[in-house]
Amino acid sequence: MITTSDLRKVYRAQGRPGSNPEIAALDGVDLHVRQGEVYGVVGTSGAGKSTLIRCVNLLERPSSGSVRVDGRELTALSPAELRETRRSIGMVFQHFNLLARRTVAENVELPLELSGLTRRERAARVAELLDLVGLADKAKAYPAQLSGGQKQRVGIARALAGDPKVLLSDEATSALDPETTRSVLQLLRDLNRQLGLTILLITHEMDVIKSVCDSAALMRAGRVVESGTLTELLEQPGSELARELFPLGEGEPLQGSTVVDITFQGDATAQPFISQLARTYNVDVSIIGAAVETVGGRQVGRMRVSLPGSFEENVVPIGYLREQGLQVEVIASAESRRSAGWGSTQRGTTGVGTRPERSRAGARAEGAA
Amino acid sequence: MGWNDMQPLLVQATQETLWMVGLATLATVLVGLPLGLLLALTRRDGLLQNAPVNKAVGTVVNVGRSLPFVILIVAIIPFTRWVVGTTLGWQAATVPLAIGAIPFFARLVETAVADVDGGLVEAVQAMGGSTWTVVRRVLLPEALPALVSSLTTTVIALIGYSAMAGTVGGGGLGTLAINYGYMRFETTFMWVIAAELVVLVTLVQLVGEGLARSLDHKRPATRRTFRRRVTPQISAAPKAAETPAREPELTGSTRV
Repeated sequence: MITTSDLRKVYRAQGRPGSNPEIAALDGVDLHVRQGEVYGVVGTSGAGKSTLIRCVNLLERPSSGSVRVDGRELTALSPAELRETRRSIGMVFQHFNLLARRTVAENVELPLELSGLTRRERAARVAELLDLVGLADKAKAYPAQLSGGQKQRVGIARALAGDPKVLLSDEATSALDPETTRSVLQLLRDLNRQLGLTILLITHEMDVIKSVCDSAALMRAGRVVESGTLTELLEQPGSELARELFPLGEGEPLQGSTVVDITFQGDATAQPFISQLARTYNVDVSIIGAAVETVGGRQVGRMRVSLPGSFEENVVPIGYLREQGLQVEVIASAESRRSAGWGSTQRGTTGVGTRPERSRAGARAEGAA
Repeated sequence: MGWNDMQPLLVQATQETLWMVGLATLATVLVGLPLGLLLALTRRDGLLQNAPVNKAVGTVVNVGRSLPFVILIVAIIPFTRWVVGTTLGWQAATVPLAIGAIPFFARLVETAVADVDGGLVEAVQAMGGSTWTVVRRVLLPEALPALVSSLTTTVIALIGYSAMAGTVGGGGLGTLAINYGYMRFETTFMWVIAAELVVLVTLVQLVGEGLARSLDHKRPATRRTFRRRVTPQISAAPKAAETPAREPELTGSTRV
C-alpha cells in the first residue's frame, strides 16, 4: 500500500562554513507497508522518522527516491494531481493542528469543503464521523474547550473525512497521557479493523508498537535498521526491536554458566518447557528475567534463563528447547566468553546488533547457536 | 467663545475627521491586507517563498514607513491632486493618510499571518488544500483576531495622523484645533477638541479589543481571566517537552 524505495532527504545546514553542509535526514529508506496493516516506525529523536512520514504525503519533498501510495508514484504527480491524491491519505498530528476558530464540526467539515460536497451531504458525513470517534455531543464546541484526547479524536475524524485508504499518524499520542493514549490507540486499531484502513504511524514509544502494530521498523540516523512483522521480529535472533519490546533487564550472568534468551509465542506459551527441561536433563535452571505479553493480538513471552556450565555442556538442553518450537538465543556462556574475547563478535558497528551498553555480553554466541 | 459657537464647528469637523479616517481605513485594508499577505507568503519558508519579491515589497514598505507624515503629505501633493482634484480639505487629506497607513498596516498583517501555527497550514496541505485554500481557510480566519487588533491600532494611528493633516489644511478636528485653539488662543476650545479625540480613540480601542476577543476562541469561553492567551496545545500536553524536536516547520511559532 505504501512503498518507499531508496528514499533520501538531505537538508542543507545554514551558516557553518567548513563543516559538512549537508545533513541526511533520510539515508536510503526502503519501507513496505501492506494493505490493511498497522505499521509502526520507532526511533529516537532525530532518527528521521518524522521526515519519513512527511515524505509519504510529500509534505516534505524527498531529495531522491520514490514514494508509492496505493500504486501511484507521488513524486511524479503534478501539483493538482498531488492535491487530489492527498485527499485519500489522512494524517493526524502530534499537536492535533485543529483550527482554533472553527468548531469541532467545522474542523471535521474542512476536508469535505475541499471536495465539493453540498452542505447537506457534508453535515451528514460530519455527524457520521463524530459518531465514529465518539464525540457527537461536542460538535459545537471549540477545540480550546476539549481535552487532549478529544482533540486527537477530532483530528482523527477530520483525517477520515475524505474516506482515505491510508492514515498517517505523526506521533499522534505523544502529547497525551497514558490512559488517553490507550483509548486513542484503541480507536486507531478499531478503525483499522472496521474500515480496513492501512495505518502508518511513527512514535518513540515502544508501548505504541506493542499495543497496535502488526509490523514495525526501527530507524536510526536516517536508516531503517530493522523491520518486519512483530512475529518475524520476535523470531529473529538478536532483533533489537524484539529486545525493546521485551526488556529482560541486564542482570549479571552467574559465573560459569550459560545464559540464553527463550522466546515463545502462540501455542508454545502453554508448554511447561522449563520443568520438562529440568526433569529430562536434570539441570538447574535459574530464571533471570521473564515477560509475557500480548503483541499484535498474540500471546508472546520471553525469558532469560541461566544454565550451569559452558555452552558445550548445554548443547543438548538447548537443542531440546529448539525442538519444542522455541526460539533460543545464547547471550553469554562461560566457555565462549573466554575463547572469543571481549567484543570480537560484536555487531554493534553496523548499528544492527547490540546496543553499546550490552557490549559486555559481547561474546554473543550467535555463530555457535 | 461659548458652547453654542463651538457646537456647529465641532459637529462638522468631527464628520470630516470620521470621513477621512473612514475612507483612509477602507483604502488601507484594501491595499494593505493583500500587501501584508504577500509579504508573509513570500517570506523565507513561506508558502510562496520568493526572496526578490519579498525584498522589493519590503523595501517599498520600509520607505513608506520611515517618511515623516508631514513630509509625506507635501511630497505626494501632485498625486493627491491627480486623485481627488484638490490639495485642501478632508478629501485631500484622505490620500496621504491612506498612503501613510498602508505600509504600517501591511507589516502588522504580515506579523499576524506569519504567527499562524505552521502545523495548521500543513494539516490543510495534507488534506489536499491548495495555497489559496490555505490562505482562505486557515491563514486569514485564524489570524482574524490579530488582524482586528492590528486594524484597531491602525485606525488609532490614522486619527492621530488626521489631526496632523489638519495643521496643513487637511480639515477635520486638527484644523479646528489649529485655527481656533492655537491661532486664536481659544484654549478652552482646544481642550474640548483634545478631549473629543481622546474619547474617539478610546471608543475605537474598546470596540476593536472587544471584537478581537469575541473572535478569539483560543481560550475556553467560560473563563475570562486576566491572563493572556495560553497556547492550549501546550497546557494540554504535559509531555510535549519530552517529544522529539521536529524538523523545521513553516512558521512553528506559538504565541504567549
